[in-house]
Amino acid sequence: MGAARTAARSVFPVVLGVLLAVAMQLAAGPLIGPFAAKLLMDIGINVILAVSLNLVNGFTGQFSIGHAGFMAVGGYVAGAITFYGSFLLFGNVQVVPGWLSKGDVLFVGGCLAGALVAAAAGWIVGLPSLRLRGDYLAIVTLGFGEILRVLMQRTGDVISNVEEVRHASAGTLMTSLGGSLGFSGLPYYTDLFWVYAFVTVTLVVAFRLKFSSLGRAFLSIRENEIAAEAVGVDTTKLKVRAFVLAAGFAGIAGGLFAHEVGTSLNPRELGFQKSFDVVIMVVLGGMGSVSGAVLAAIVLTLLPEALRSFSEFRMPIYALALILMMILRPQGLLGLKEIWEMPWFKRRRGKAAA
Amino acid sequence: MTKFLQTLMDGVAVGSLYALIALGYTMVYGTLQFINFAHSDVFVLGAWISYTLAVGLGYAAAGAHPPLAAGLLILVGAMAFCGAAGFTIERLAYRPLRKAPRLNVLITAIGVSLFLQNVGQLKWFFGTQPQRMPSLIEDTILGRIAGVQLHLVDMVGAGLAFLLMLLLEWLIFRTRLGRAMRAVSHDTNVAALMGINVDAVISFTFVLGSSLAAAAGFLYAMKYPGLNQPAHATWVLLGLKAFVAAVIGGIGNVRGAMLGGVLIGMIELFGAAYLSPHLRDIYVFSILILVLLVRPSGILGKAVAEKV
Repeated sequence: MGAARTAARSVFPVVLGVLLAVAMQLAAGPLIGPFAAKLLMDIGINVILAVSLNLVNGFTGQFSIGHAGFMAVGGYVAGAITFYGSFLLFGNVQVVPGWLSKGDVLFVGGCLAGALVAAAAGWIVGLPSLRLRGDYLAIVTLGFGEILRVLMQRTGDVISNVEEVRHASAGTLMTSLGGSLGFSGLPYYTDLFWVYAFVTVTLVVAFRLKFSSLGRAFLSIRENEIAAEAVGVDTTKLKVRAFVLAAGFAGIAGGLFAHEVGTSLNPRELGFQKSFDVVIMVVLGGMGSVSGAVLAAIVLTLLPEALRSFSEFRMPIYALALILMMILRPQGLLGLKEIWEMPWFKRRRGKAAA
Repeated sequence: MTKFLQTLMDGVAVGSLYALIALGYTMVYGTLQFINFAHSDVFVLGAWISYTLAVGLGYAAAGAHPPLAAGLLILVGAMAFCGAAGFTIERLAYRPLRKAPRLNVLITAIGVSLFLQNVGQLKWFFGTQPQRMPSLIEDTILGRIAGVQLHLVDMVGAGLAFLLMLLLEWLIFRTRLGRAMRAVSHDTNVAALMGINVDAVISFTFVLGSSLAAAAGFLYAMKYPGLNQPAHATWVLLGLKAFVAAVIGGIGNVRGAMLGGVLIGMIELFGAAYLSPHLRDIYVFSILILVLLVRPSGILGKAVAEKV
């Protein structure tokens, strides 16, 4: 019974999602062209970021504004692994062609390592600051992001010579990350398949979590921390757990971002502005609504593109839309509900059934 | 010794600016319990309005020797403009959200911040190019103490900053309005029951905080005349540091913000002078994390027990 349920609720959706990702890569990718494909990848990465931050800001009601920091950690770790790893293994940084090639394995390994390091960073940041209540997490994560930015800016130039890479120590390689100019020259391994495979994993984890007892405990912290404590929820432990999990997924998003076409992995790109963007997605989608976060990530990735023809008015309009949204619909697009719990969705389905 | 004194001087000069900005953060946090991310943009507005006024009055010309009163006029003008801006922001963006969750107000603040930055960069306002603030006081060296040059600009800047802080101190702790402000910050509901017009007090808090930020913007433009365009990252960082100052001093505590501001200025400049100039942001944010770990409510803040 237990195993069957796990299979039905976790394995099945993952398989489905991965198949969908394969389909996107093989069919949709060539069909829609590189520009739309890039936009789809941006959306996917933002979905991972928004859904994972939703675990902290939406589920447990804490307020983190350092998500881009964890993304940066993941991105730089993954980038260093694929970049210097490619030199050591293949002798150059060209993308190894073919699906699930050696290069792909290196890239995914790098992303997972980045996720682990980001999660560890999340543990270090979260453990002291999540004991406190209120906005302290916000302030500490903000400070963490800034410290990280300066540290990234202080790293040395990228070594892009095979012989030098072979003779450099691991320590030198790990601190030669491009400094304030950014880590450039990374091979473009990120494609629709990998983005949406990781999106699938993120979504399944988030949905399974939300409707599990652990997820209910998370929600209880958001609703009333004192009451949660009174019924035996170890609030600090669970907050740290949510935070570490979110940081790990942000790390994966960072790895994908680092290897995407047309992005640049530099300290300024992953500063607080990026963190704000993700927070905005979570709040716009509705706190704790996983499908809301997905929806908001899609809307907020496309909105700046749609406003592009307004050129200089783009950002003022975006800002104004944000303010009006918060005033007119403070609960976000979906509020606390998931998309299938919305009245208009139910009505439509009811009609279809009848 | 000279280096030490020089750094001390610079630390006080920069710190007093941080303190002026931090006051706005702390007063808003004290009354509404949210981080007003748009505050640093009001500071930027202050700097750019000062520039616009100075250019408009014709002091940008090479041979112009503006009278001392001109500087004062521009300062007052910038403070009045930003005070009005602060009032408008609170009235239009924050007041409709008085009962909304704090996170919403925060996002709105981020929205206002983005709005101010990007509207400021439109070509009808300040544009996307950095500009040079005309100098309003001729920077003479007043004298030397133990080899340290006393710049007129620094002395006037720090003097004005401390004067404004003294005024604020008097306003908050010696007047009826100040008592109303403290009451609202202590407990909004009870203050309302005692017949205090909470909305008016909050409006006033915003006007006060914004005009202090404008003064800081003016003084900043005097000290560092190369003004970056409104959406430049340096501005946001300055605002963040001022916010850190407010937190270190004890957020919600007016005296704490002044203390924190000067402290942050000192830490930053001493770190830059004696350790490494490249890591000055790290010192500030490390101190923040350290203070939060040891004394979460800040140096002068009181620990508040959570009640059920």
